[in-house]
Amino acid sequence: MNIEAVSAIYRFEMARARRTVTQTIVSPVISTSLYFVVFGAAIGSRIQNVGGVSYGSFIVPGLVMLSLLGQSISNASFGIYFPRFTGTIYEVLSAPVSPMEIVLGYAGAAATKSVILGVIILATAGLFVPLHVAHPLWMVAFLVLTAVTFSLYGFIIGIWADGFEKLQIVPLLIITPLTFLGGSFYSIDMLPPAWRTVALANPVVYLISGFRWSFYGLADVNVGVSLGMTALFLAVALIVVAWIFRTGYRLQT
Amino acid sequence: MENIIDISGLSKQYASGFVALKAVDLTISRGEIFALLGPNGAGKTTLISIVCGIVRATTGRVLVDGNDIVRNWRAARSLIGLVPQELTTDAFESVWNTVSFTRGLFGLRANPAHIESVLRALALWDKKDSRIMTLSGGMKRRLLIAKALAHEPRILFLDEPTAGVDVDLRHDMWQLVSRLRGEGVTVILTTHYIEEAEEMADRVGVINKGELVLVRNKADLLHEFGTRRLTLRLRRPLVEVPEALRAWRLELSSDGRELTCFYDSKHVGDGVGQFLERVREAGIEFNDLATAESSLEDIFVSLVREKR
Repeated sequence: MNIEAVSAIYRFEMARARRTVTQTIVSPVISTSLYFVVFGAAIGSRIQNVGGVSYGSFIVPGLVMLSLLGQSISNASFGIYFPRFTGTIYEVLSAPVSPMEIVLGYAGAAATKSVILGVIILATAGLFVPLHVAHPLWMVAFLVLTAVTFSLYGFIIGIWADGFEKLQIVPLLIITPLTFLGGSFYSIDMLPPAWRTVALANPVVYLISGFRWSFYGLADVNVGVSLGMTALFLAVALIVVAWIFRTGYRLQT
Repeated sequence: MENIIDISGLSKQYASGFVALKAVDLTISRGEIFALLGPNGAGKTTLISIVCGIVRATTGRVLVDGNDIVRNWRAARSLIGLVPQELTTDAFESVWNTVSFTRGLFGLRANPAHIESVLRALALWDKKDSRIMTLSGGMKRRLLIAKALAHEPRILFLDEPTAGVDVDLRHDMWQLVSRLRGEGVTVILTTHYIEEAEEMADRVGVINKGELVLVRNKADLLHEFGTRRLTLRLRRPLVEVPEALRAWRLELSSDGRELTCFYDSKHVGDGVGQFLERVREAGIEFNDLATAESSLEDIFVSLVREKR
């Protein structure tokens, strides 16, 4: 294992985050605060509570997931796409670094940034609403697992994309709608039965439900199913990444 | 001399169908400077990219210091430094950080003293904290060399190292290559500047349309393929070449005042002596003479043309 290489890629990516702190941290925090203002204050005042939890507190896990998914994908996709775009990827490909080490470096840094962001958002949310974490270890587990999984998907998108437009397509057209429709701002129990069944086909429902359960013990689906689905997403991402390196897809001609 | 790179039957066909390399066999000796010459699209960069692990070969085998680049890729790659043709750098990173990053990629712990010595050798020390985007083209080229040397490679690939750099920098690079050779580093360079190969290389390979046309010691190449010419400035102009001299390959200038004899580099002695004797016997007087020999560039052009 080339630990020095993993560390070099990781530190390089974290340094990039420090250079772009406004884009990486400040911007998502402001967006989250705006969600609180709009959904928490304006709409929340018309909804008493959900499952015994105030609406403002209820949406916190969903908001964290919204940012976590988006940022994991955009951090990781940009992290690997940029060296492809500039051509500097040659030095990673010609170095004695294994595919697993490359992924560890890039996706690990992206996941770290996302987890830091998630913690900052939680702290920001704590300024607006009272927070209670019923299962802190599970909360951390869901946070880290989701960040890692979606950083891997971001890595895949960064390899697949052949232009900056494609980098944006998946987060904008797939992840954001799925997150909004995945119960970030409501419980899917509040939907009509037919729509509830449709909603269960949305993978993000399982992530948000599990994460929310770790806070309030409330879940749209069984927490075991949430955990299993998260592990499944992780496994699929790992399989795709392994295929990319085996075939050299978009990396080696 | 022991081989440090051993390439056998290496070919590459891209997905588009373009065949970039056709069963190339090549060995590079430890510590030598090898120049790979060829026109654009000849396959030089593809060959280098395969050895470095950036491009996958279609067939063939490459050993780097005995390590197969596919099976023992980690050991093989750790010996190699690559300076790419394009000025590919991360614009926002500092010089120090990007060179340190490369060292880390090769699995080596930070060594500020080594990085400092590399940056000083390449006149980049004053720019160590500068962002790469603020560097000139020549400095970026030197930075790429610094990155390639960050992990103390035993083999250095220089893909068109002096493309677009000024004469001073080009000479600085030649000195650097010479110094590296002194330290036992094997250098393989591709270049369009034949003068560069003539100046630095021990051996020269010419590649054209994916085929290695020839590989020779530079001196042997000049000797084997080079031609010489002897030009006589005649006291009185000639109308035509005299019958007695027709056995030689001659050219008479349009004003009849210059007679040039072309002869093989391998037959310098007897050929020229006999020719001058015949000239004297033919009663041709001359008041000046000059000799010249073909350069590596002339040989390169003729070899590439032959293959067209």
